[in-house]
Amino acid sequence: MRYARLIWANLMRRKGRTLLTVLSVAVALFLFAALRSVVTALAAAGEVGSESRLVSRSAIGITFPLPEAHARRIDALDGVASVSWANWFGGVYVNPQNFFAQFAVVADTYFPMYPEVQIPPEQLEAFEGERTAAIVGQGLMERFGWRVGQTVTLQGTIFPGDWDFTIRGVYVPEDPSFGDEAFYFHYEYLYERTNRNVTPGWFILRLDNPSEAAAMSARIDQVFENSSAPTKTETEKAFNAGFVTMWGNVGFLVRAIGTAVFFAILLVAANTMMMAARERTHEVAVMKTIGFGDRLLSGLVMIEAVLITMLGGAIGIFGARAALGGNEMLSSLLPGYAVEWSTVALGFAIALALGLASGLVPAWQAARLSVVDALRKVA
Amino acid sequence: MKIPLIYNLRSLRQRPVSTLTTAVGMALVVAVFVAMMALSNGFRAALVGTGSPDNAFVLRKGANAEMNSGLGRDVANVVGGMPFVAQDPQGRPMISAETFVVISASRRNGELANVVVRGVSPMALEVRKGVEIVEGRMFTPGASEILVGAKLPSRFADMAVGDVFRFAGRDWNVVGRFVAEGSAFESEIWGENEQFMPLFRGQVFQSVTFRMTDPSGFEGIEETMEGDPRLFVDVFREDAFYRNQSSLLGNLLQFFAIFVSGVMAIGAVFGAINTMYAAVASRGPEIGVLLTLGFTPRNVLGSFLVEAVLIALLGGLLGGLATLPINGLVTSTTNWDSFSELAFAFRVTPGLLLQGLIFAAVMGVVGGFLPARRAAKQPVAEALRGA
Amino acid sequence: MPLVEIRDLRKSYFRDTQEVPVFDGVNLTIEHGEFLALMGPSGSGKSTLLNLIAGLDKPSAGTVAVGGVEVTAMKPRRLAGWRAEHIGFVFQFYNLLPVLTAYQNVELPLLLTRLSKRHRRDHVLTALGVVGLTDRAEHFPRQLSGGQEQRVGIARAIVSDPTVILADEPTGDLDATSADEILTLLQRLNKEFGKTILMVTHDAHAAERAHAVMHLDKGVLRR
Repeated sequence: MRYARLIWANLMRRKGRTLLTVLSVAVALFLFAALRSVVTALAAAGEVGSESRLVSRSAIGITFPLPEAHARRIDALDGVASVSWANWFGGVYVNPQNFFAQFAVVADTYFPMYPEVQIPPEQLEAFEGERTAAIVGQGLMERFGWRVGQTVTLQGTIFPGDWDFTIRGVYVPEDPSFGDEAFYFHYEYLYERTNRNVTPGWFILRLDNPSEAAAMSARIDQVFENSSAPTKTETEKAFNAGFVTMWGNVGFLVRAIGTAVFFAILLVAANTMMMAARERTHEVAVMKTIGFGDRLLSGLVMIEAVLITMLGGAIGIFGARAALGGNEMLSSLLPGYAVEWSTVALGFAIALALGLASGLVPAWQAARLSVVDALRKVA
Repeated sequence: MKIPLIYNLRSLRQRPVSTLTTAVGMALVVAVFVAMMALSNGFRAALVGTGSPDNAFVLRKGANAEMNSGLGRDVANVVGGMPFVAQDPQGRPMISAETFVVISASRRNGELANVVVRGVSPMALEVRKGVEIVEGRMFTPGASEILVGAKLPSRFADMAVGDVFRFAGRDWNVVGRFVAEGSAFESEIWGENEQFMPLFRGQVFQSVTFRMTDPSGFEGIEETMEGDPRLFVDVFREDAFYRNQSSLLGNLLQFFAIFVSGVMAIGAVFGAINTMYAAVASRGPEIGVLLTLGFTPRNVLGSFLVEAVLIALLGGLLGGLATLPINGLVTSTTNWDSFSELAFAFRVTPGLLLQGLIFAAVMGVVGGFLPARRAAKQPVAEALRGA
Repeated sequence: MPLVEIRDLRKSYFRDTQEVPVFDGVNLTIEHGEFLALMGPSGSGKSTLLNLIAGLDKPSAGTVAVGGVEVTAMKPRRLAGWRAEHIGFVFQFYNLLPVLTAYQNVELPLLLTRLSKRHRRDHVLTALGVVGLTDRAEHFPRQLSGGQEQRVGIARAIVSDPTVILADEPTGDLDATSADEILTLLQRLNKEFGKTILMVTHDAHAAERAHAVMHLDKGVLRR
């Protein structure tokens, strides 16, 4: 620490240059944090979903409905604790840009299966008593400024016409990656208004014994294998993970960009360190004459480089955390988007690596400098 | 340019390391920019290329996607009889009533994906422009035969011409493979609409596409059809309809491309500023001489600015070249409007490469400006006193 | 009319807020064809005086006129062009652009004129001929000895046929033999070609080669 003044003086020698380098690193790490958080959010989305709940949907394709009769047969199987179902409604609120998920559910069997969806009991009661009631996520309430008791109208796309719903309850999810922008209403309402022309979109079931998930999934599918409506059953987690893969190879894209960014900034930082070193060959020679050792001098160079990159890293990473944490657009696209501590830690590791890599050549040069050669050049 | 260009070129050669590191830094920015824009452009091209402005596309009213639509046979018949439906040389109406479903199929890597299965009329190849069978033949009406889009066989098993592909509880012979100008159709399975209807959603079509006798009269056609009490439809120009699909994702990709490369550019510009400041600092005496000889400060500023731009252009060139190998690389994502997999290719166009160069030049100007100004504003005596 | 006329010239520098006077009321006239040496201890302002004559710096007070034109009153925008035409500068450390060949270095001032490539070539080769370095035209400064570099510097200074040649310690960085060659060259330029030269030097032997010697000390100029 007694070299602190020396190191500081060297960094402040060209304030502008040091500042620019720090900012470049900050910019790179900001980007890194933003991108990696996309990956972590998607991974978290893939983790959402219980392993004790199973989803059973049509094996032909996800958009094909299943007969209601299937529910009774599934329920009759040993090991199945309860069965419910839901349908995707796909309505439009005012205009298509206001996208959010809407589900028609059988409330008395559905909500008990989702303890993480927390609804105040009196609101749930109000919902159950009213045919056109809806339970809406906290995020949606905030996004559109809705109030409990308000009536909202959705234009049906799959089920044509204007559909009015009255909001009777608001839910808050236990786990933010579950998402708080869903809209639930009664399957009964859908059934009646389509003249009974609708059947379940998919079944959700709870097992007596969650460890039986794989075996039960296979059994259920076997039951309906040769029927006109074969099923594909899997844990809810696997089912959600399937959706995440639909985004495409985002992980690869992010890693590729991340690598490019890392090398671009490495070049900037290394260039700076080398420029600084070039200016100081004379001084380094003089220090050696005084008695500073090779190792000490090269160590000082490394410390300088690491200080610059770590400072830049801190600014970039925490800047990203502050700026992107509560961003609305991001959290509606990717629920639970946040710069997590794992990203922060990884970011600092990268900043450290950047510092070490950029300081390597100048440090080595400083160690190897021949005093005689360097001092001869003095005018 | 009073100060000769060769001065700048040779000066760059004198400091190869810092010139190259700055150039490579910019090259990386340009490469990322071009690659991401190529991704975005490829995605848009796949959607835009789908559909023709000469065709009208009919869905049930309020259904914003084919998947959600349902049109009865009667509707299809009524539309077929309308006067603005063009006829082919044999006098047949150029109309294709189609079914549209999305099925689950296993990708070659084992993951499940959603694939569009479109039931078309035998007239489809004539109505939908740009669709061409490149291997095999058209399906035979009445037979259990299907065509596959060109992007499918490499991604899914059992979809090569000659294979038997099973879905909806039946075996289908793959008798042909078609291309469609790189559009979304190339990710679809096509078969006969009459064959598919009983298997999937019953006696309903999802869409009706027809060639307009007079494409410029679209507005009139739209009004007539949407006002007709027998029909309950929305009418679109075919290309406009597909172009609007997944506009959210398309815009998102483009926004992402600009955001990421913009941020990277800031870093690269900082690097350029540093490099140029160092160059100016080390060339003090040279600058002093130039000013003494009678070159104006503006000449000097221009010269250093040009030098910065030269480095940047080198970077732009390298970056552009680096992205050439990805041109044509096929990747896929989900078309959220049809809920199905859309395979598309990266599209690196000459226009895009030019944009990359311009982007680089702008970075050069921005990065070189302050150092160049410092070079020009130096008092001569100080400059001469040197590095 | 004298070629260079300096009247009541004052110049001060500011170190932080301290005013440091360099000279205070200097008067000087140089006639056509004179070869004048200027000596004085370091820091006395000799180089500053040259810079003021060349229009590279502005005085605190007083006037400088070259060839009848008042340099001190000239608009900054016009100074560069004027300088290109009327002043030839020779530096102590040669200050050749290391990335250009001898030919290209000598050609530099001519790029500010409207001369065609062929005309420029004539001038450059002539200038190089005068200093005796035609055969080294394509060499880079690093391939030349100190004396040769300075000769290229002189060639550059005369290539546009300036009114006045200002030399700031031209032999300061050279060994005895090369220094001698340079001084001989300067004398030749003066005698044969009639060039007016003002040379700053701290070497008495070099100063002897001139017509007259002036001393600048503590802001005062005297013969």
